[in-house]
Amino acid sequence: MLEIESLTVAYGRRLALQQVSLHIARGEIMALIGPNGAGKTTLIRAVSGVLHPRAGRLRANGYDLTRLSPTQTARCLAVVPQARSLPEGFTVWQTVLLGRTPHLGWLGIPTPHDRQRVAWALASTGTLDLAQRPVEQLSGGEQQRVLLARALAQDTPLLLLDEPTAHLDLHHQTSLLDLVYELARANHLTVLMALHDLNLASIYADRVALLVEGRLQAVGTTTEVFTPERLSAAYRLPVHIIRHPDFGVPLILPDGRKAANAQPHSD
Amino acid sequence: MHRPLLIALTLLAVALLLSVAIGAVTIPPATLLRILLGRLWGSDLRPDWPPAFEVILFQLRLPHVLLVALSGAALGGSGAAYQGLFRNPLADPYLIGVASGAGLGAVLAMSATQNLAAGSLYQRLGMFTIPVAAFAGALITVALVYGLAFRGRALPDTTLILAGVAVGLFASALTSFLMLRAQGEVRRALAWLMGGATMSGWQPVLVVLPYISVSLIILSAAGHALNVLQFGEEQAQQLGLPVTRLKTLIIAAASLATAAAVAFSGLIGFIGLIVPHLVRFLCGHDYRRLVPLSILGGATALLLADILARTLLAPQELPVGIVTALAGAPFFLWVLRRAQSHAP
Repeated sequence: MLEIESLTVAYGRRLALQQVSLHIARGEIMALIGPNGAGKTTLIRAVSGVLHPRAGRLRANGYDLTRLSPTQTARCLAVVPQARSLPEGFTVWQTVLLGRTPHLGWLGIPTPHDRQRVAWALASTGTLDLAQRPVEQLSGGEQQRVLLARALAQDTPLLLLDEPTAHLDLHHQTSLLDLVYELARANHLTVLMALHDLNLASIYADRVALLVEGRLQAVGTTTEVFTPERLSAAYRLPVHIIRHPDFGVPLILPDGRKAANAQPHSD
Repeated sequence: MHRPLLIALTLLAVALLLSVAIGAVTIPPATLLRILLGRLWGSDLRPDWPPAFEVILFQLRLPHVLLVALSGAALGGSGAAYQGLFRNPLADPYLIGVASGAGLGAVLAMSATQNLAAGSLYQRLGMFTIPVAAFAGALITVALVYGLAFRGRALPDTTLILAGVAVGLFASALTSFLMLRAQGEVRRALAWLMGGATMSGWQPVLVVLPYISVSLIILSAAGHALNVLQFGEEQAQQLGLPVTRLKTLIIAAASLATAAAVAFSGLIGFIGLIVPHLVRFLCGHDYRRLVPLSILGGATALLLADILARTLLAPQELPVGIVTALAGAPFFLWVLRRAQSHAP
């Protein structure tokens, strides 16, 4: 579905990604993990076409992404950005309707089919009740769901998410990723998402890709990728790995300096 | 959906009628309508008005009023488009150098008409020398700013605005220098820079009409694209917009309309800044409506300012640019305070 081959991206002289190759199968949920500055957002931006790679190939659905126009790319993949600063004056309905842009003509006049897709996207993300609310007045969790609805309204087989859970509390992190998971499975979407939280990645992703300093360190299921040695080296911090009591997936316990000074449990 | 448009059209029609009626000789509105209807449908009305009315109306008032309306429309529409494009409430049609470039062109032409080389140019172009020079100055300046701001394949807003400010200050300094050196012509240049240079006769109207109308149609059609751009350029591209191409098109259309208006009416401030804000307070942020309503509102506002400019100190005429600032600034502040007290 998405094939990234030897991708190299540079900001000026600094190489942000070096020779990254990653294949994602149709219907798969892949989480990009790695420390700050490892290149997770850069990879999402390069795949979405807003950064021009210095070298390498990007193919999605059989198309060479570097040769598609912005409109053609936007029919192939949709991006859920971080909800940081949304503009004033747009209702939720209007915001999600903008997701139909790659399917509309020059003037942006929606057909009944477009409205139907918007209504479906709102209903799927539980934001139909908010349709007439100004988007800048919503809570962070609601805004993130609206941006997810906008990406769904784009009707693309591939979904890219850039830290969708940043700035959300535990409840909203979980419910947003539940939503992404269910929508992806129900609509056969392929998902590539950058995630900070290793435990959420472990619970929700089929496979994870570990980026460190612009290079791909490991790809695979979390059971394969999450070894104490590898993660300790990547995050420069000793970590423990335990198993999720219900699902058996590996979970990370960081060993901060405080933990090192504490007395070990005696019983 | 269509109600604001109808109200804006009605206001514009009233402003047009008032502008045509009011002046040194006031033509009663009823008579005015009958003269116009008579011309349009081959009159079988027996004229009971002085024949001078028709001359005043068709030779003087109508072309003047239409030029004012077109200039106001160009400034209002370009201002709305620039505020949307740069996502900056301070943006106006002069942001990236149209005004200073036009000023330099006009003053260059005025001071050059004194020497011989330009004399022949002046003979060929006649009364169009200054507008043509201003128009060329405006477009050359914008093209220069645009060229300087390009970074690879992208056109960053900050670079564009800063390049516009730098080139604009340079051109303004040159303009001041030329005005210091020129004799006699300075007063005319000054009047032009204050927006008191609206030309008379039908020719200017016919010259600006194609530039302004084509540009304003393009800007009106760009409403959806401007809406998408409010989410930032990166998201706009991810939603499928060819961002750099669209920016180029919008800048070209807005510059062309503004340059045409400025060349024939002088530098008129404030309309392009406040009219889009006014429309936004009243009708919301949707650029598919904001741009057309700002076009109509700009025309209406400049017509009203022009009536004041012609009547306040009659028989003397004030430069309309002074009126737009003197009347516009307090009015705008009043609206601003009202809007803030209504906000949640």
